[in-house]
Amino acid sequence: MAAKREGLSDKIAIDMTPMIDVVFQLITFFMLTLKTVITEGDFDIRMPLGASAGAAWEDPLPPVRVRMTAGPDGERTSLTMNGQPMGDFEELRRRIIDLVGTGPGSNADKTEVELDCDPTLTYDNVIAAVTAVSGMVQPDGTVVELIKKIKFAPPKKN
Amino acid sequence: MARKQGAGPAKTDIDMTPMIDMTFQLITFFVFTLNFSTAVQDDRVQLPVSQLAKPAEGPSVEPITLQLMSDGRVIYSGEPVSLQDIGGYLENEKRVMISVSKEPSTATVIVRADGRSTTGDVQDLIKICQEKGFEKFVLRAQYDESN
Repeated sequence: MAAKREGLSDKIAIDMTPMIDVVFQLITFFMLTLKTVITEGDFDIRMPLGASAGAAWEDPLPPVRVRMTAGPDGERTSLTMNGQPMGDFEELRRRIIDLVGTGPGSNADKTEVELDCDPTLTYDNVIAAVTAVSGMVQPDGTVVELIKKIKFAPPKKN
Repeated sequence: MARKQGAGPAKTDIDMTPMIDMTFQLITFFVFTLNFSTAVQDDRVQLPVSQLAKPAEGPSVEPITLQLMSDGRVIYSGEPVSLQDIGGYLENEKRVMISVSKEPSTATVIVRADGRSTTGDVQDLIKICQEKGFEKFVLRAQYDESN
């Protein structure tokens, strides 16, 4: 009995090596599988097939026509909304807000935007225009939605 | 000197506790940041940036991702394909959908186009999809986190 009591009071050294090995293996695995995902989002565009393009649309308001022309390197040379020149996309957004209004009674749901772009125009201009007409981020971070119905004008043959 | 020799080679016990603590912290971090999402992202395409590109609430219905590179080629299933040849691949997609009794018009074509590509190429790509019967399109952009 005396011997047993003595044994119990002994400090048992746990061998940590296998645990640390496994833990490092886990860290290595998780580090290698780490992938930083960039937040991405989508814009819906309405591109019905040619035959139904006119018929399916029962919209009392005429579409807002946004025209962008491109220079030789694909850069944007002009931006017009219904024929009126716009300085930048911020002005386009202000004019869209003037046109459809915000909040209750807004015509944003009933309005459609048609993007008419030169084929050589770089695509980031298209996304900038879509961003300008589809909404506005307020200083507090909330988003005011504007026009959601966006389509491309038929490509020009050249 | 005599005392040191008598004690023999002294065993130094390293306290492992802080290291193990740190290691577990690291594991926890990596476990939480582990991403199982199957979102199609490709370094060859630099998406245009937009403040309003908020991620969609749910996954798209029957998504088909087409990635347009700045040189006008389309990445389909990880391989660059010329814009002229993409029609054949889309024909296969369409046949697969019809074989499982689904209409191509219900599929969502996700257009991940490079910001430096031309609008004409994007429109051509959409036109090719339309010719194969796909009707729903979304333009993907990168969320601008600067604001």
